[in-house]
Amino acid sequence: MSARVSFAVAWMLSLGTMASAAEVNLYTTREPGLIRPLLDAFTAKTGVTVNTVFVEKGLAERVAAEGERAKADVLMTVDIGNLVDIVDRGLAQPVKSATLDSAVPAALRDAEGRWFALSTRARVLYADAKDFADLKSIRYEDLADPKWKGKLCLRSGQHPYNTALIAHHLVKHGPEKTEAWLRGLKANLARKPAGGDRDVARDIVAETCEIGLGNSYYVGLMRSGRGGPDQQKWGEGIKVVLPTFEGGGTHVNVSGAAVSKNAPNREEAVKLLEYLVSDEAQGIYAKTDYEYPVKAGAPVDPLLTSLGTLTIDTVPLTEIARNRKAASLLVDKVGFDH
Amino acid sequence: MLPDALTQTVLLLAGVAIVAGVVGTGCAWLVSAYAFPGRRLLDVALLLPLAVPTYIVAFAYLDLMHPLGPVQSGLRALLGLSGPGDLRLPDIRSLPACVLLLGLVLYPYVYLPTRALFRMQAATLLEAARSLGAGPGRVFRSVALPLARPAIALGLGLALMEALNDIGAAEFLGVRTLTVQVYATWVNRTDLPGAAQIALASLAVVLVLIGVERWGRGGRGYATAAQRPRPLERRRLRGTAGVIALGLGLLPVALGFLVPAAYLAREAGTRIARFGLPERLASEALGTLLYAGAATLAAVVLGLFAAASPALVGRRWGGLLVRLAGLGYALPGAVLAIGLLTPLALADFGLSSLTRALFGTTPALVGLGTGTALVLAYVIRFLGVSTGACEAGLARLPRSLGDAGRTLGRGAFGALMRVQLPQLWPALASGAVLVFVDCAKELPATLLLRPLNVETLATHLYGEAARGTYEDGAAAALLIVLVGLVPVAMLMRLDPAFRMRSRLPSA
Repeated sequence: MSARVSFAVAWMLSLGTMASAAEVNLYTTREPGLIRPLLDAFTAKTGVTVNTVFVEKGLAERVAAEGERAKADVLMTVDIGNLVDIVDRGLAQPVKSATLDSAVPAALRDAEGRWFALSTRARVLYADAKDFADLKSIRYEDLADPKWKGKLCLRSGQHPYNTALIAHHLVKHGPEKTEAWLRGLKANLARKPAGGDRDVARDIVAETCEIGLGNSYYVGLMRSGRGGPDQQKWGEGIKVVLPTFEGGGTHVNVSGAAVSKNAPNREEAVKLLEYLVSDEAQGIYAKTDYEYPVKAGAPVDPLLTSLGTLTIDTVPLTEIARNRKAASLLVDKVGFDH
Repeated sequence: MLPDALTQTVLLLAGVAIVAGVVGTGCAWLVSAYAFPGRRLLDVALLLPLAVPTYIVAFAYLDLMHPLGPVQSGLRALLGLSGPGDLRLPDIRSLPACVLLLGLVLYPYVYLPTRALFRMQAATLLEAARSLGAGPGRVFRSVALPLARPAIALGLGLALMEALNDIGAAEFLGVRTLTVQVYATWVNRTDLPGAAQIALASLAVVLVLIGVERWGRGGRGYATAAQRPRPLERRRLRGTAGVIALGLGLLPVALGFLVPAAYLAREAGTRIARFGLPERLASEALGTLLYAGAATLAAVVLGLFAAASPALVGRRWGGLLVRLAGLGYALPGAVLAIGLLTPLALADFGLSSLTRALFGTTPALVGLGTGTALVLAYVIRFLGVSTGACEAGLARLPRSLGDAGRTLGRGAFGALMRVQLPQLWPALASGAVLVFVDCAKELPATLLLRPLNVETLATHLYGEAARGTYEDGAAAALLIVLVGLVPVAMLMRLDPAFRMRSRLPSA
């Protein structure tokens, strides 16, 4: 009996040490299904197990509460605002890595190495494929033009993808013009702002509206047929244009990561980040998720290149992140979602 | 904005109260007062929508009613129209649609207690009214409805709290309720104090709800005589009247359960045929059962003592305990979960300091990031549900029973355990069922507090929805509904009101 107990104890202990030998804990606001292929490839290559928890809302609060003994090693988000927020709360630690610094352009990472973008996505125009007149040079500002009255579909103004775009507009044009722009957008809405970006494509195909905004990778996900024939029909039923800001470029957002301040497995955490910007991983980002890689020269999926040449606007991401609260308040002020 | 969100919330709740109240009470009366072919089936079937969470019914109907979905496509084909632009039905992303959908899955909260009341208690009075020559309409209006008021109030209270705390359906359907606004403020502006302010507003709504509910239940004692309660003699409906009655009763079952479940089954079927079974489905189902099961057990035991506390520790403190137990139900899940983070961290800190002082070792976190945190959150959140059920069960027992136990030399506690508890099983079971289903469906706290590598069916589905592929979550959604069915079936077996029908002449 006692032998059995001691065996059980030894087994449990060995489990504990085995697990702690090579593992990294990933807290993510990004649905893990999307990055599963990347994590599996990382484990296959390095033997480091990746434990994940998907915390869509409240990731920062949880890490902050766990404090010194937090299990979190890598914190991953899909919006620049949330990423910078983690840094602002002092939950990230600086990382010095020649690999990371050379792979990620300076504009897409923190100067002190507290956050790194891993992939980028553009906020693009979805439009009715049947009516594709002079949209080639459309600007974000034009979406408030009354000629689109009753023809525009958007997801909630409070969704980070839209808040970031509105914050970008704020940096470009200031609060008054942004408020007027938002009121214009609201007046043009064909339906309540709700659902996701894919719903925008579906509603365009359903002739509920003619134009709308969505992230670039959804186009790839829909058109590839990976989501089934219905989604493929939506993806193929829309034309996609890369809009720009007046005299500027296209709005992009990022998915990115930071190493947690109290990371118990710091070494593995850095290893994971370095892997995620390797040629192989950046290729997977492009191929399975249809994202734009951050690493210069990494291949872009043909489904994405077919959308046109992406010219990223020059406003720094951190500037956009700083304005997201003001943007969110403006959305409420004009009653955008009501 | 606060006033807008408050208006939307009040309109939503008022609408849901009307839909759930009318459907729940109407159906309870239908199956209790009338006999018609198919009634026994209907009696049970009316509980089925209880298994469908609000966010699932919302996304099922979003697909079904979309201009590209089966309903409108079929209509167009029928009318010979070609493009989806030729037929414009009102968009489902609206407040009225949200009210209807929530009402359709929340009415069982009203149906369940109201039906039990008609069945178990009201028989004598209702038959007295009948024998005095009152017609069915008059019996319902003047006797049944006033009698049922406390049950209806109890059920509506539960249904409206669910509606208030819903986040998925409102988000899908573009209704900006206070709860949605809490998230927007918190997540987009990192403004926890601002979010807390809005949460306070929603708490105020809850207090009003509780007030109305207490008023609705107010001042009515439910102690019955010690003899076994007698079920109501049913009026027989024949021919067309019977068919109409069955059709009326089946309508909410079809809309609240059959249609969305059939849709999920079809979607899940085509997905599984195309992509195979989702890999992690089994472990997610197990996770759901495990955490919801543990929480249910704890909540029922604690709920029993909370409900019995007026008898155990005196009316004043006991009453306070009962109210305290119900507090968690009023909090939005996310607010509760965030609020738990700090105490859990403190508990962890205290424990590790203690073990360090005693043994010189620092244990891993035992609260935060473990299953304990999740179970604790569930118990706090849903303790009110099990307490309420036990309270109702205790109130239904003849008072003489507790007194008898005491005259036999037992204390209040002994009387509870030995004399009252055996009579309470049905109430405990129905409380357990409600808690279990609530835990299995719970989303915000589960999302925030669950341990590494743990997914439940609900978080899986939310993950799919988060990346806009909720159709891929159909299998998980179907399983949530099936998990919800298990306790519904249990309820049917255990509730004496349901069991009794086997002993009655067929009706």
